[in-house]
Amino acid sequence: MLNTYKILGLIGTLTVAGLLITACTSSNATQSDRKALVKVNPSSSPTASTGMSKMNMSNSGTANSKTHQSAAPNQVTIENFSFAPATLTVKAGTKVTWINHDDVPHTVDENDKRFRSGTMDTDDQYSYTFSSPGTFSYFCALHPKMTGQVIVK
Amino acid sequence: MSNKVKEVPEGQEMQRRSFLKCMAWAGAGVLWVMNAGVLSSCTLLQAGSRRGKFSFVQISDSHIGFNKEPNPDATKTFGEAVNRVNALPETPAFLIHTGDITHLSKPEQFDTASQILKGAKSSQIYFTPGEHDVFTDDGKLYLERFGKNTQGNGWQSFDYDGVHFIGLVNVLNLKQGSGTGLGGSGFGQLGQDQLTWLEKDVKGLSNSTPIVVFAHIPLWTIYPDWGWGTEDSAQALSFLKRFGSISVLNGHIHQVLQKVEGNVTFHTARSTAFPQPAPGTAPAPGPLKDVPADKVRTLLGLTEVTFVNNTSPLALVDSTLA
Repeated sequence: MLNTYKILGLIGTLTVAGLLITACTSSNATQSDRKALVKVNPSSSPTASTGMSKMNMSNSGTANSKTHQSAAPNQVTIENFSFAPATLTVKAGTKVTWINHDDVPHTVDENDKRFRSGTMDTDDQYSYTFSSPGTFSYFCALHPKMTGQVIVK
Repeated sequence: MSNKVKEVPEGQEMQRRSFLKCMAWAGAGVLWVMNAGVLSSCTLLQAGSRRGKFSFVQISDSHIGFNKEPNPDATKTFGEAVNRVNALPETPAFLIHTGDITHLSKPEQFDTASQILKGAKSSQIYFTPGEHDVFTDDGKLYLERFGKNTQGNGWQSFDYDGVHFIGLVNVLNLKQGSGTGLGGSGFGQLGQDQLTWLEKDVKGLSNSTPIVVFAHIPLWTIYPDWGWGTEDSAQALSFLKRFGSISVLNGHIHQVLQKVEGNVTFHTARSTAFPQPAPGTAPAPGPLKDVPADKVRTLLGLTEVTFVNNTSPLALVDSTLA
């Protein structure tokens, strides 16, 4: 049994890729700088309970602050293929908003499909109101290694 | 994995072994060994009788709808790939698209992909979905558009000139995965229904039937931290291990990687849309963004596969769009 391959151009390709990685890493700094300028919705006012099956796509958050994402309450930032904070604790009735700051699409899918965001492209938001206590683990359907949870008290 | 080393002339086996030993995917340090693989391949091709020769082309990860750095027009580069296929001296028997046809599973993105593929000289095209084709509706739209003549969630098999082709779907029902191992790997998965079907599908085939398997996410574990592997691929491969020649074609990782393990050769294809970093060389997978415009096409491409003969089944040639 022989395995026959022609690997044309591979050497050149890998070399180029190796050089590019440095460039790519440096672009992350640019992305972080940009993040600080993105307007976010710091509102934490609970909305009426919507039931666990209801999904709300929200792109209408009132942008009245330039607060850094990590400082915004009840908000989860998606950046560099991770959810931050990875664990968020809120009171029942709280609306939580996820914002995608990556250049690739992500999703927020609860493990038991209790809520699913659908496509979140760059800078898209998704909100879900947690009406009852519990632990809700979620992940990105495109990148299942990305995980997070919301603990509702 | 059973092995057919006895059939291999000693010199060639030595070459293959040194290829195996150093055929690590990580980094450029193993490039000289890749050279040995190439030399070996050339020798074999020249020596081989080309009985029953036919070729097919693998295209992958067209991500129609992607419009960011480093490629603002993934539709255009996909069109270029099809033109490149059409320009081949011999029209391939068929095309295989190994998934991520679209970027966001939108109807208009599926439409655009279909439209471009209508321009292909080879009218026969086989598909398997990527996670980008199924993540919003569990594959409903994909199956409507591209799932004709498939079973279950889109898996299929067909025979061409004595070779048995198997298209597997490993991008549905993905589970969250923060750890490793069953249920928590964040890997692709085939699922029991498909595995049951696969076992039955190959049951009546003789051991000498060449097998070609195609699926989106690699069926070998390339990089667990990025979920680049398939959770239950070992079970699938266990149904195939009795066959003398198994070739596995995947996409998903947007770069060429190859591995030989016993009588199985694994191969991943480039994307026609954007390149991704080598495993572990960046904080996360995703488009390599800062690629100079004149270099992008050197990192995009397609794979032409030529069936050579019954004992050394496939010669894979990856060409770029440059």
